[in-house]
Amino acid sequence: MYRYDEFDERLVRERVAQFASQVARRIDGSLTDAEFLPLRLKNGLYLQLHSYMLRIAVPYGTLHARQLRQLARIADEYDRGYGHFTTRTNLQFNWSKLKDVPTVLGLLADVEMHCIQTSGNCIRNVTADHFAGVAHDEIEDPRPIAELIRQWSTLHPEFEWLGRKFKIAVSGATHDRAVVKSHDLGVRIVRDPASGETGYEILVGGGLGRTPFAAKVLREFLPREDLLAYLEAVLRVYNLEGRRDNKFKARLKILVHELGIEALRALVEEEFAHIDKARVNADPQEQARIAAYFAPPAYEDLPEVSRKLEDAQIRDPELARFVEHNLFRHKKRGYTAVTISLKPIGGTPGDITSEQMRAVADLAEKYSFDELRVTHAQNLVLPNVKLDDVAEVYEALKAHDLATANIGRITDIISCPGLDYCSLATARSIPIAQVLSHHFADPEKQKQIGEVSIKISGCINACGHHHVGNIGILGLEKKGVESYQITVGGDPSENYALGELLGPGVPAEYVPEAVDKVVSVYLAERQQGETFIETYRRIGLAPFKAAFKEIADVAA
Amino acid sequence: MLLLDREGAKADLWTRVETLDISADKVIVPSALLQDALAARRPGQQIGVAIDNTERAAALEPYFGALALVVIAFPTGYNGRGFSIARQLRERGFSGLLRASGPLVSDQFPHALACGFDEIELPDASAERQPVEQWLAAAARISLNYQRGYNYGAVANILEQRRAARRAGAANV
Repeated sequence: MYRYDEFDERLVRERVAQFASQVARRIDGSLTDAEFLPLRLKNGLYLQLHSYMLRIAVPYGTLHARQLRQLARIADEYDRGYGHFTTRTNLQFNWSKLKDVPTVLGLLADVEMHCIQTSGNCIRNVTADHFAGVAHDEIEDPRPIAELIRQWSTLHPEFEWLGRKFKIAVSGATHDRAVVKSHDLGVRIVRDPASGETGYEILVGGGLGRTPFAAKVLREFLPREDLLAYLEAVLRVYNLEGRRDNKFKARLKILVHELGIEALRALVEEEFAHIDKARVNADPQEQARIAAYFAPPAYEDLPEVSRKLEDAQIRDPELARFVEHNLFRHKKRGYTAVTISLKPIGGTPGDITSEQMRAVADLAEKYSFDELRVTHAQNLVLPNVKLDDVAEVYEALKAHDLATANIGRITDIISCPGLDYCSLATARSIPIAQVLSHHFADPEKQKQIGEVSIKISGCINACGHHHVGNIGILGLEKKGVESYQITVGGDPSENYALGELLGPGVPAEYVPEAVDKVVSVYLAERQQGETFIETYRRIGLAPFKAAFKEIADVAA
Repeated sequence: MLLLDREGAKADLWTRVETLDISADKVIVPSALLQDALAARRPGQQIGVAIDNTERAAALEPYFGALALVVIAFPTGYNGRGFSIARQLRERGFSGLLRASGPLVSDQFPHALACGFDEIELPDASAERQPVEQWLAAAARISLNYQRGYNYGAVANILEQRRAARRAGAANV
């Protein structure tokens, strides 16, 4: 994992002092409320329905134990004993007090953390494949360039005041686990077939929200050394050409849509040609310095199969279920990446108590080389666990209600905070997730349904990624009543697709039945070995629509 | 209006005109009049141009040698287009004075300086709340940056510092 050097450390400390000064200048009237607002947002501080909310950056979803323990301490001393992991792999505290924020920022700086650019019209927290560095299908670990981009985008003097937020994701594997195509800018590490060198495919203009678009390829192959100069060119073109007349048309995706990808490419390439690359790019030695922090830990040579784990599974069918659902194939023989579900049946997706944080931190230290990941699906990962240790890890997780065996299953629901917390929300989303979770709680039923994703957003801004859920649920307000639109067929992976609407919105109480209908169509129609999304692609929308209509008609 | 640079408040020696009445020694004209103003320029007279943030740096490139000042308008503090225009002007070789004009906040002063601005022209309503001392303090508050090629004042570039440390380390071996 990356560790701050003296410069990273000093910059974050100075940023804390800067925010304290901004708060003081708001209080003494030097700054108006309108002037203070973007400054506060750039430091991750929102005013929500009931309280301030503080959003803490977890760069490319990477944490170590000491950081998670510090988050637990902040939860206990300055919040209400829990936090919430988001789809941008950040952590939110929902009950912050303005007067405490500078102190909390200081505590974060003590463990190399901050809230810089977790909101506002600037480059946001960079996300990455949560199995980066350990995935069996990886071309190259994307964390070094994620860190390079984190540093480059931090307090960037030219790009702190963009027309709208700007999200970047990086992936180094063949399978896309970082939802690259829903980002303003995606970086995919690819290998040049001719030279065998690795470089970057750059995609732009993706986004969810009220006008969802899939990102398009802007550059097929960018040499490694030019990454920062090229990013500068893209951001400059966006800053200059992006619309500023309408907040809802200000994202890069709208510029791509209105100009066309070819015209945008011409502008970017022209700007790129003007940039003095030697003056802007990071030295190869700097890239190597960062990459060295991500060298693989001291793995042992272990057999492919763990007899210990196999025997334990025979004795404990629940462990067997956990192994089947929550383990991911590691690139190192004898190891596995264990996903910790933050989706207990009936729980709030992504929520974690301070006591659970401490338990997970202990496990990371004892079993995973002190490493943790946050996933965009609002779960945690112990990326480096020996297969021999899985049963012990499972027992420890179970003791803290963290052993739910449902990763990638129908109860592994992504949900935004919705109207329970968020001032933008038009409907509640957490209670919908909870009801659906109870509805499909039976492990045998979940196993029968197999791999399927439900994603819920409480407003059109789509923080819950509903567009790319196999089953997407969007909460809206219709004549003072919460109403839920359901889509099917969304896919966040390399087979990226936006879901299709089934019909009119239905009231909350009809949602479980509607989802049931959708699942029943799949179960009735699926062929040998087909997942939900595969069946959907083969049979299309019509059968799902017909089944949904029965519910919609009753609901109407 | 308050005019300030990294040293503090300064007198504005320039006269803004909207017509070709360019009798003063230092005159700022709108971009539509720039060509005519330059053609009518007296020996020793300095011409500046004021542009909106929808105008492009490339359009001024032919006049770089003759232009003494470019004023870029910031319609609001949080519209940061002007920062990119300034950066482009500097990258393409403009070496005259660069002025940002509009209701910026002092926290943006380091951004403006880093992108190549020399001075800020602040409306009275902003200047009354944010005195010059706040601007000077803001410029010094963050002493480091990560972005190579954006150098200003007392700010040290982190990548350059690391590079220097590597070289010093190699020399000591």
